[in-house]
Amino acid sequence: MSLQDFIVESIRQSVAQVFSTMLGSELGGGEFSLENGTPEVNDGVVSFIGVAGAWAGTGSISCSPTLACRICSQMLMTESSAVDEDVLDAVAELTNMVIGSVKTDLEGQLGPLGLSIPTVVFGKNFRAKSAGTTEWIVVRFPWDGEPLVIKMCLAPTEKSGHALPHAIGTTCPLEV
Amino acid sequence: MDSDVLVVDDSAAIRKILQRVLRQTGMSIRSIHEAGDGQEALEQLRNQPGIQLVLTDINMPKMDGLQLLAAVKSSSDWHHIPVVMITTEGGESKVGEAVKLGAAGYVRKPFTADQIKEKLAGILEPVLPI
Repeated sequence: MSLQDFIVESIRQSVAQVFSTMLGSELGGGEFSLENGTPEVNDGVVSFIGVAGAWAGTGSISCSPTLACRICSQMLMTESSAVDEDVLDAVAELTNMVIGSVKTDLEGQLGPLGLSIPTVVFGKNFRAKSAGTTEWIVVRFPWDGEPLVIKMCLAPTEKSGHALPHAIGTTCPLEV
Repeated sequence: MDSDVLVVDDSAAIRKILQRVLRQTGMSIRSIHEAGDGQEALEQLRNQPGIQLVLTDINMPKMDGLQLLAAVKSSSDWHHIPVVMITTEGGESKVGEAVKLGAAGYVRKPFTADQIKEKLAGILEPVLPI
């Protein structure tokens, strides 16, 4: 399995588990695509979390304000009708759990990785770009007709040189 | 006897969820205190001598959960307090470090109320009535 396929599958499983456990919702499927070059314009809520180690990158979750409020309502079992601190905090924690779970899956293949504290942005007509040149793996989940978009980019750091913890003579399980 | 519990997480959302879950466990809880990082947690422990259980995240600003755990376990006043790690960190290195430092248990996010209840029941029975 390629690293790309591994990440896509891990995102799908992680989203399904987090939504079912913390939000009481079933969120299946997840349409995969790759994003290169200029990022799309965003309107709504975007949450980022950094991954660091021998491999480094960023994970993100983006959605509309309506969907962000719904995430908060279902996670905290309260009514949320406008994007406030509780809503931003709920989306940040959702990012922490989803990307954290993907990170744990990846550690089995790539070795120990660290996770940053999430950062959440709420606004209109903005673009978010990673300073790295790696393409983004994008998985879109439809939820009540609106997209919840999970993105991840990951690349080996200079010092790693694809330093996967394989036994000598064994085949790399990830065709990078 | 009713007990005091300290919930430590930089996410207010998770602190709220844990408050709700703890109330659902059936434990005799007098009050649930909150802290947003390890430093705030130590302050709470100093100010609230009745705290009998700490639930903490690992990844937090200022002082993380493992540093908090080390501080609690090396203190003559608090070393007896069970500390349960509740975190997205599932890597063996973090789990191993927490166990080595004396964590009473480990629950991975996302969690269900039943998972929390089950973990606490195993750890707290004689300490807290469940």
